[in-house]
Amino acid sequence: MTDFATDAPQGPFGPAPPAAPDAEQTQTINVLPGGPPVRLVGGPPPGAATIESRGAHAWFGDHLVLEDVNIAMPPGEVTALIGPSGCGKSTFLRLLNRMHELVPSASLAGEILLDGEDIYRPGIRAQQVRMRIGMVFQKPNPFPAMTIRDNVLAGLKLARIKCSDKGGLVEQSLLRAGLWREVRDRLGSPGGALSGGQQQRLCIARALAVQPNVLLMDEPCSALDPTSTRRIEETIGELRHNVTIVIVTHNMQQAYRVSDRCAFFLAAENEPGRVVEQGATETMFSAPEDQRTLAYVEGQFG
Amino acid sequence: MVAALAPTVESTARPALPARRRPREFTAVDYGTIVGSALSALTLTWLIFARLTDGVGWLGFLVVAYVAFLALFGLVTADRIGVLAAKDRLATVTITSGAMLLLAPLLWLVGYVVVKGLPGLRPSFFTHDMRGVTPTMPASAGGGLHAIIGSLQQVGLALVITVPLAVSTAVFLNETRSRLRRPVRVVVDAMSGMPSVVAGLFIYATFVIPYGGQIDLFGFNGFMAALALSMIMLPTITRTVEVVLRLVPDGLREASLSLGASRARTVWSVVLPTARSGVTTAVVLGIARAVGETAPLLFTAFGYRLINSNPFANPQESLPLFVFRSITQPQQSMIDRGFTGALVLMLVVLALFGLARFLGRDRSRSRRRTGQAPAMPTGADIFEALPGPGAPVSVAQKGS
Repeated sequence: MTDFATDAPQGPFGPAPPAAPDAEQTQTINVLPGGPPVRLVGGPPPGAATIESRGAHAWFGDHLVLEDVNIAMPPGEVTALIGPSGCGKSTFLRLLNRMHELVPSASLAGEILLDGEDIYRPGIRAQQVRMRIGMVFQKPNPFPAMTIRDNVLAGLKLARIKCSDKGGLVEQSLLRAGLWREVRDRLGSPGGALSGGQQQRLCIARALAVQPNVLLMDEPCSALDPTSTRRIEETIGELRHNVTIVIVTHNMQQAYRVSDRCAFFLAAENEPGRVVEQGATETMFSAPEDQRTLAYVEGQFG
Repeated sequence: MVAALAPTVESTARPALPARRRPREFTAVDYGTIVGSALSALTLTWLIFARLTDGVGWLGFLVVAYVAFLALFGLVTADRIGVLAAKDRLATVTITSGAMLLLAPLLWLVGYVVVKGLPGLRPSFFTHDMRGVTPTMPASAGGGLHAIIGSLQQVGLALVITVPLAVSTAVFLNETRSRLRRPVRVVVDAMSGMPSVVAGLFIYATFVIPYGGQIDLFGFNGFMAALALSMIMLPTITRTVEVVLRLVPDGLREASLSLGASRARTVWSVVLPTARSGVTTAVVLGIARAVGETAPLLFTAFGYRLINSNPFANPQESLPLFVFRSITQPQQSMIDRGFTGALVLMLVVLALFGLARFLGRDRSRSRRRTGQAPAMPTGADIFEALPGPGAPVSVAQKGS
């Protein structure tokens, strides 16, 4: 068992984190088999990362909304967070990439370890964390003032990452998000001109272009029709080996289809949300230990 | 009977569609009812005022005629298609006539200036100043080029000063969590209520009186006028830009931050470009506020009969000053020249509006296919969201 408390932590699943978090990282990615490689300077380190929460609590003002969450999300796997509305799933997801602190009254306790390193420790910048941990939101939110191409490249511009071949990166990101064939002839048209499902895949491509180690998805399909949902689930299936995915979903079938692991959140009335049960998806759906999990996955409440 | 079953072009001609129903539409009968009711109301009122009584003047005549018209129209429509529809049509007619009543003074105002100013609107007005023009010469002599140059320079300089200040103030008010936001907002509100003559006096007392004698830059000149105009424009543009920034969906800020952007970077690369057309509207409103101001220019630009194309030294004319001073002259030719100046002022405003709209047009909106993109604030949204003068600081937000 690796000791996470030491100063130079060694991640149990991935490579050791960089010694200095602000050091410029160079990552070379392959666009297409046989194609020229694309070099990114200043972006995240390569590969999927492990992310783990230890005793995570979250408050809004004096209101405790999340209590003692301990989940380890192994690299290259899809972890689904399930549970009824208002049980703290989204809050937990936002803890994982420091979006929680954007709410003025928000506070937290515990640790979130990215490759063994606490992302809330002093001396690490929130921007650095968010660059390594991408996010896809419930509502598609492409930048309306930018073209499709500029939307994909927005992360590079915003996080000041240098890129040797922008065209190649756009193609690679859109391919990974499963959108390339639909938009390759109109990369110059505005991102808002796409359908809802295409916009959401554009947002996935935008998040992937930065080459994050972890991708958080907050109910990415809740505003989409079944066809778009299937496309995005296929995209998740293709991405899972290169990036750790954490997905919040209200759709039990979706959680079953896409995830390797599941965590079931539940909040009793006037009590903070807690993790009732977690484990391999197969087990959670076939033989859960807790009666409440069984009732939820069978659709008896929630 | 294969041939009969096979559809042909003739046989697939669609059956006649049923007549379309639009329950709230005004039909020809409704318009006829309106005209008829109006005529009978007029004759009825004439009967009352001219034959049965001595009458109480034209205003009373109009009010009585209007009320009689509404009553007649409502009664006839209720008799024709029922009380419910009559109420609906009565409300429509009342609101429409109210809108027309409000529009009338505006059209009258514009029309008056156009009618009075058009005869003097010759090409020479745009190419000449008042050099050698004596009071006895006809209105066709001389022109307003010096005033046009002065107005454009003063408003242009004021924009250069104001836009960066106003946009950064608005960003401060909307994108930060500073404790100073409240006092700043109060100051901005107070400034927007400041009488414009005070702005002129302030600049006069601060720069022109103490330093004007020694330094040209602080004497009567276009730059001093631009400073005074800046004080008028600053609160207008700030408040409008603030409202515009508030209309930018929070989802876009979160998306930007989640990609690893700093807050400053988010404002610069995401929030401001998204609000681009709204910021343009704010600038247009600021121009509209400043370009017609006369009072702040009286003790700053001071006015001058000839072209002075250097705004940093010596008195300069501007269109409002030109209009003000021409119309107060006794000679008819000068008054006509003043009206032409007023017309040109309106045209300049129109041209600036057009230019700003062109520069800030929404390129992403023209080819939009679906309505699913995050809503961007448009001019209409801004006017909806803008508080009236003296309204409380907090603006009710739409859809957030």
